[in-house]
Amino acid sequence: MPAPMIEIAGLTKQFGTIAAVAGIDLKVGKGEVLGFLGPNGAGKSTTMKMVTGYLAPSGGSVRVCGHDMATDAIAAQRVIGYLPEGAPAYGDMTPRHFLAFIAEVRGLRGDTAKKAIADAVAGTELDPVLDQPIETLSKGFKRRVGLAQAIMHDPAVLIMDEPTDGLDPNQKHAVRGLIRKMAPEKAIIVSTHLLEEVEAICTRAVIIDRGRVVADGTPADLLARSRHHNAVTITLPEGQAAGAKAKLRALPGVAGVDETPLPGGLVDLTAFPKSEVVLAEEISRLIAGEHWSLKKLHVESGRLDEVFRAITTHDAARARESRA
Amino acid sequence: MSQVWTIFKREFLAYFATPLAYVFIVIFLIAMGCFTFYIGQFYENGVADLSVFFSYHPWLYLFLVPALSMRLWAEERRSGTMELLLTLPIPLWATVVGKFLAAWAFTGVALALTFPIWITVNYLGSPDNGVILASYIGSFLMAGGYLSIGSAISATTGNQVIAFVVSVVVCFLFTVSGAPFVLEFFRAWAPFAVVSAVASFSFITHFASITQGVIDLRDIVYFFSLIALFLAANIVAIDLKKAG
Repeated sequence: MPAPMIEIAGLTKQFGTIAAVAGIDLKVGKGEVLGFLGPNGAGKSTTMKMVTGYLAPSGGSVRVCGHDMATDAIAAQRVIGYLPEGAPAYGDMTPRHFLAFIAEVRGLRGDTAKKAIADAVAGTELDPVLDQPIETLSKGFKRRVGLAQAIMHDPAVLIMDEPTDGLDPNQKHAVRGLIRKMAPEKAIIVSTHLLEEVEAICTRAVIIDRGRVVADGTPADLLARSRHHNAVTITLPEGQAAGAKAKLRALPGVAGVDETPLPGGLVDLTAFPKSEVVLAEEISRLIAGEHWSLKKLHVESGRLDEVFRAITTHDAARARESRA
Repeated sequence: MSQVWTIFKREFLAYFATPLAYVFIVIFLIAMGCFTFYIGQFYENGVADLSVFFSYHPWLYLFLVPALSMRLWAEERRSGTMELLLTLPIPLWATVVGKFLAAWAFTGVALALTFPIWITVNYLGSPDNGVILASYIGSFLMAGGYLSIGSAISATTGNQVIAFVVSVVVCFLFTVSGAPFVLEFFRAWAPFAVVSAVASFSFITHFASITQGVIDLRDIVYFFSLIALFLAANIVAIDLKKAG
């Protein structure tokens, strides 16, 4: 485990009587890309605001590269690149002037500044809009201006609140590529609602709900908690479904079978394994002996959205019960 | 210090990136002209000095400066750039001072553009240019006082209209506390010390003494300590919001 660059200990934030963040402990090391997940209002943004020094915590501490945010905020902020929620920027400035302003604030001068700006512009493909006022730019370009601002000084710690929100699929792909490229040298926290993004770029996923960490592991760990982990789905014509379902159910490793009708007279049958069983082999042997007109067959690695929902709604339901 | 300059530059240029600067300057100059020539009867007085012109400055600033200061922080808060600005590695005081100085310099530009009236009065007669210079300096200091109040109030809200209205009210109190009718009211019953204390809070009292042509250290100290006080309040207001 590399030395942690971000250390969050016992972090809490109270807004009046509401505990937005209710005790978060996290350590993020170099080379980690931590995906911050959670329902709206779970405390993701509030946590990021405290880690970057915009909000003062009600309790607990934040250390970034050894600098305590409470006592040495400027030193900590120097090593952080931050993309706030909604990628705010001065609308009346052009990206060129805006980035020059940020470079100057960051203490970059002369050729160093020019190179830093040029690299950030190239990395975020801002070239075509450099001289248009930011307020006239599309959502995607605005987001990329925010991103360029965050990565310009090559920060050791990068914190991004929904970096791909509002981008089209091509831009998302480009931004994810950029994050992956920077990842080995930095500690990165990314909040997102897009679960496929976690699978695409994160080395670690943390789910928070009502201000607490409710899951923390690699995306693969989380996927393993899915009911669909190692499940096998086959697609058959409707006529053969009933027979096939019975035969699948009879296999020793199968815990249950789901049937999902598809358009065009086809049916998806999903066989769920009993724990720790790998079904693929058993099922392929079964298929070899049958004369089904098989259309498709695939092994599922798990569904993150299912895990997400199971973890976060479970808790919400429990909270409702305890309140009632 | 260099960061104050960075913030100052961005802020100052931002005024001219939008119509705000031009609208403000034009209205400022028109209003100055109206007050001086129509209400102040500059020509009819037959005196070649600018005391009439300067006597309306407090009342003009009362409305125009809050219009300028209301956006200083309220707009940053509303548009979210506050979060960007406060997570950059700049000490808060440098941001507060940089923004304030930019706004102050901008009012300085507007004030400097009233120079045709100075040319006019020199053309018509031979005024005491020392007094006029002192008055300009006094007017500029007073604008700084109004601005620091407006800036501190703007930091407490995300709503520009609230920032404007509250600033006008507070500035009004700082203005009228030296007006004759207020002092008369106090003089009727309060001891002399109270009356002079109330008067000494007023922009008008200090500004009037400067426009006599005497730049007294006490007046300078008054304006600078007022500005320092409200900028400190500005920093505290932002810190309190940070603590949520």
